[in-house]
Amino acid sequence: MSATQPPPEGLLAELTHRCPLACPYCSNPVALDAPRLEMSTDEWRRIFSQAAEMGVMHLHLSGGEPCSRRDLAELTAHAVAVGLYTNLITSGVGLTRDLFDRLVVGGLDHVQLSIQGVDAAQADWIGGYKGGYAKKREVAAWVTAEGLPLTVNAVIHRGNVEDAPRMVDLAVELGARRIEVAHAQYYGWALKNRMHLMPTREQTDRAYAAVEARREHYRGQVVIDHVAPDYHARYPKACMSGWGRQTLNVTPTGKVLPCHSAEIIPGLEFWNARERPLAEIWAHSPAFEAFRGFEWMQEPCRSCERKAIDFGGCRCQAMALVGDAAACDPICTKSPHHGLVAEIAAQDSVGPVEGFAPRRYVREPV
Amino acid sequence: MIADDAKPRLPRGVRLREDKVRDRWVLLAPERIVKVNPIAVEIIKLCDGSRSLAEIVAGLAERFNADPERVGADVRGLVASLADKRMVEL
Repeated sequence: MSATQPPPEGLLAELTHRCPLACPYCSNPVALDAPRLEMSTDEWRRIFSQAAEMGVMHLHLSGGEPCSRRDLAELTAHAVAVGLYTNLITSGVGLTRDLFDRLVVGGLDHVQLSIQGVDAAQADWIGGYKGGYAKKREVAAWVTAEGLPLTVNAVIHRGNVEDAPRMVDLAVELGARRIEVAHAQYYGWALKNRMHLMPTREQTDRAYAAVEARREHYRGQVVIDHVAPDYHARYPKACMSGWGRQTLNVTPTGKVLPCHSAEIIPGLEFWNARERPLAEIWAHSPAFEAFRGFEWMQEPCRSCERKAIDFGGCRCQAMALVGDAAACDPICTKSPHHGLVAEIAAQDSVGPVEGFAPRRYVREPV
Repeated sequence: MIADDAKPRLPRGVRLREDKVRDRWVLLAPERIVKVNPIAVEIIKLCDGSRSLAEIVAGLAERFNADPERVGADVRGLVASLADKRMVEL
């Protein structure tokens, strides 16, 4: 399969794990990479060049907070110069007017801004950063005044689920062309905090329907991308559009992953972009090869008519919930462990939202 | 219905690009990669904000020696669907 593996379309660059915010559902791993181990400007530039050459089109500059990198403008300009479509995924906090102007001069294509809540009290509580909400509004105004496309990203959980439709209204008010309403996906910090974040089934259904109802209302004004709450779904999501099929993820230290959460799967061998060319990693890295195609599948996936639609769902979720990364994603009603999902969802949706562990970097013992 | 004097253009953040690795043309937009067929490429290239819809249709009909009504329907269909996705501004 390797020789004929089509190239990836997107690359998510986790430039750093540093971030001034502390969102309890952060998708970064619970063990964050230390700042001193981050790749250099030259290393990232080389990776971006290799990515463009192998056929990557979308580059997502992410983190942590990418604005924590002093060389963000240089990196962005380089990515644009080699032909990549550049998407800055930011909290807005740490983005100064001067840096924004330099990003624009460098050719930045798109800004995706996270919003934690519909007002300052809610947003700053969830993000753990006082003044964050006001700063985000300021950044949104810079982006739209410049004429750059703005996407608002809102993660939905028990602390803000009732406000999900108002998030769409807020995005429109901020001038966003697009909003991602993403029901929390339970990996990384969100998995750790699941008992504080899981909405009830009723809350989820209500929020989902209310957001869908906004779609027609705002047609032609804002594009709504709705990420379904998978613990309450019948079939699993086609995670990453299939393992190692369309995208790759590079960590702050150069590890190349099929998805941001893949490191939770024991026994996978990840190759590092500091040591090998990206194209070689994409084609031959054992971690990418592990779940490509259908050979690795067990029943009920192997003989399932949906296997080319959802690729058996999410490997990390199978690992986290069933303890076997090659198992059917238990979100699927065909999984023998599907009952567990409803049980967890019910159990985890009753306690207080308060008490979650804010995302932060814990220095490793020397 | 899009007016004849509307001047469609690609907004900032939407780019028509040749994808040489896969031998195709694409429209790149936020979180979207839309494959574009050769006819659509010719239409989109003319959506630069300087030409009206009527001019685009007339130009293409003449260049390809095609029925203006059919060309008009193709152009309107494409422009309307891209405008819905906020990939074209009118």
